[in-house]
Amino acid sequence: MKALRLVAIGWLFQMKMLSRSSFDGLLGILWPLFFATTAFFMFRTSHDSRALLYAALGSSVMGIWSSTSVAASSALQRERWYGTLEAIVGTPAHFSLVLIPITLAMSTVGIYSMAATLLWGRFLFGIGVHIVHPLLFVIAVPTTVLAIGLLGFLLSVTVVRYRTAWALGNALEYPVWLVCGFLVPLSLFPDWVRPISWALAPTWGVRAIRQAALGGAPLWPVAACIGLAALYGIAGTLLVDTVLRSARRTATLSLT
Amino acid sequence: MTAVRLPMSGARVFFVGGVMSYRALFSWQSPTFYIPTMLAHPAFQILFFAYLGRFSHVRNDAFYVVGNAVQVSAMAGVFGVAMTIGGERWTQTLAPLLATPANRMALFLGRALPQIANGFVVSAFGFLVGRLLLNFDPPLSSLPRLALIVLVSTAACTGFGLVVGAFGLRLRDVFIFSNPAYFLMLLFCGVNVPLSALPHWMQIVGSGMPLTHGIAAAREVAAGASLSSVSTLVWKEALIGACYFLAAYLLLRLFEAEGRRRASLELV
Repeated sequence: MKALRLVAIGWLFQMKMLSRSSFDGLLGILWPLFFATTAFFMFRTSHDSRALLYAALGSSVMGIWSSTSVAASSALQRERWYGTLEAIVGTPAHFSLVLIPITLAMSTVGIYSMAATLLWGRFLFGIGVHIVHPLLFVIAVPTTVLAIGLLGFLLSVTVVRYRTAWALGNALEYPVWLVCGFLVPLSLFPDWVRPISWALAPTWGVRAIRQAALGGAPLWPVAACIGLAALYGIAGTLLVDTVLRSARRTATLSLT
Repeated sequence: MTAVRLPMSGARVFFVGGVMSYRALFSWQSPTFYIPTMLAHPAFQILFFAYLGRFSHVRNDAFYVVGNAVQVSAMAGVFGVAMTIGGERWTQTLAPLLATPANRMALFLGRALPQIANGFVVSAFGFLVGRLLLNFDPPLSSLPRLALIVLVSTAACTGFGLVVGAFGLRLRDVFIFSNPAYFLMLLFCGVNVPLSALPHWMQIVGSGMPLTHGIAAAREVAAGASLSSVSTLVWKEALIGACYFLAAYLLLRLFEAEGRRRASLELV
C-alpha cells in the first residue's frame, strides 16, 4: 500500500510540474498536431479512407511516445540539474518507486496528444473514428500509457551514465514511430525489423488500440503490452540497483 | 587609419567571433550530442517519411529524400543558431557581449556562418542516407548543382534561424520558438506534402518561407534538370534568405535596445 501511495503521489506531483512548464506545455500541444497534420495531408492525397483511419489512430499514439522518449531519457539528468538527485536517491524508498511515477506522468501527458489528434482529425479533416469495442478501447489506452511509461523508466535507467541522454531520447523518437508500426504497417519493413518491433510495447499498444477501434481481437495485444510492461519494470528495477551502486562507488551521482 | 581599421575589426568579429561562438556555445559539437542529434535524428526523419510515403503512395522515395535532406539543414540553421544566440543568455555572457562596441552585423552574422557549414554537412549526410538506404539515385553530374542549391537553401534557412534566435534576446527560453519553427518548415515548405496538396493559405505562407523554393529546385535537379532551368527558384530562395537576414538584424537591434531598457538581458 505504501508503495502504491508513493507512486500515486509522485505521479500527481510530476503531473503538476509538467503542467506548469511552458516549454513542455506548448510543445505538448503543438508537436502531435504537426505530425498528425502532415500525415493527414499525405494520406488524404492518396484518397484512401481506410489508410486515413489507420493514420488517425497511429498518429494519436505517436504523441504518447513523443512525450515520454526525450523527457524520460533526461529524467535523471534533470534531477541532477535541479540538485535533487542525491536527495531522492538518499530516501528510504526504493529508487524505482520514485522514478516510475515520473516517467508514468510523462506518458500520461500523451493522452492529451491522443485526444487532441483524434479531435483534430475529426474536425479539420473529417476523419470520424467509430469505436467498435468501446470497453476494450478504454482498457487498451491506459495499458499502452502504462507500458510506454515503463519503457521510459527502463530507458531513463539505461542511459543514466550517458550525460547527453536527452539527445539519445530525441534520436529514438522516429525509430520507435517507425518500427512499432504507428503509421506504416510492419509488412513494409525488412524481416529483421519484426523481432525488434515485438520487443517494444508500443507495437502491441497501437495494435490493441487499432483493433479495439476498428474491430479485431485486441485482448492479445493488450496482454502482450502488460507482459512487456512488467518485464520493463523488473529489468529497470534490477538495473537501478546496479547503476546506483556504481554511481555511489565512483561518486558521480551529482556530476552534471 | 580608422577607416581601414573598422572593416578589419568587423571582419575579425565576423570570422573569429563566429568560430569562437560556435566552439564555445554550440554544445552539440561533442560527438555524444552531434551523432544522435545532427546525424541520427535527421537520418531517421528521412527514413520515417520515405516509408510513410511508400505506404501512402503519394510520391516516390526521391521526393522524400530530397525534401527531408534539404530540410534537416534546419537542425543547424534553426536550432544551432538559436542555441548560439540563446546560449549567451544561459552562460550569462549576453550582457557583456552587448556592452561591447562591436559591429552588430558582424557579431550576429558571424554566429550564423559556422551553422551554414554545419547545416550543409547535415544535409549532405541526409542525401547519403537516402542513397544508401532508399531508392534515391541521382545522376552523378547533378551533384555539384545539388550542392549549390543546398548551400543557398541552408544559408536562407540560417537567416530564418537568426530571426528565431533574435527572440533569444527577448525570451528566456528560445527553444519555445525554435521547436515550432522547425516543424512549421516540415509542414509548410513542401517537404513531405506537395505544395499543391496544401490549402491555398498554406501555399502562400510556404512560398514566403526558406527552403520551399530550394527544395523544389533540388527535386528538379536531382531528376536531371539543369541549373539554368531552376535558376528562378534558386534566386527566389536566395532573396527570401536575404530578407530573413535583414529582418533578423532589425529584430536583434530592436530586442537589444528593449533588453537594455527593461534590464532583462541577464534573466534566465
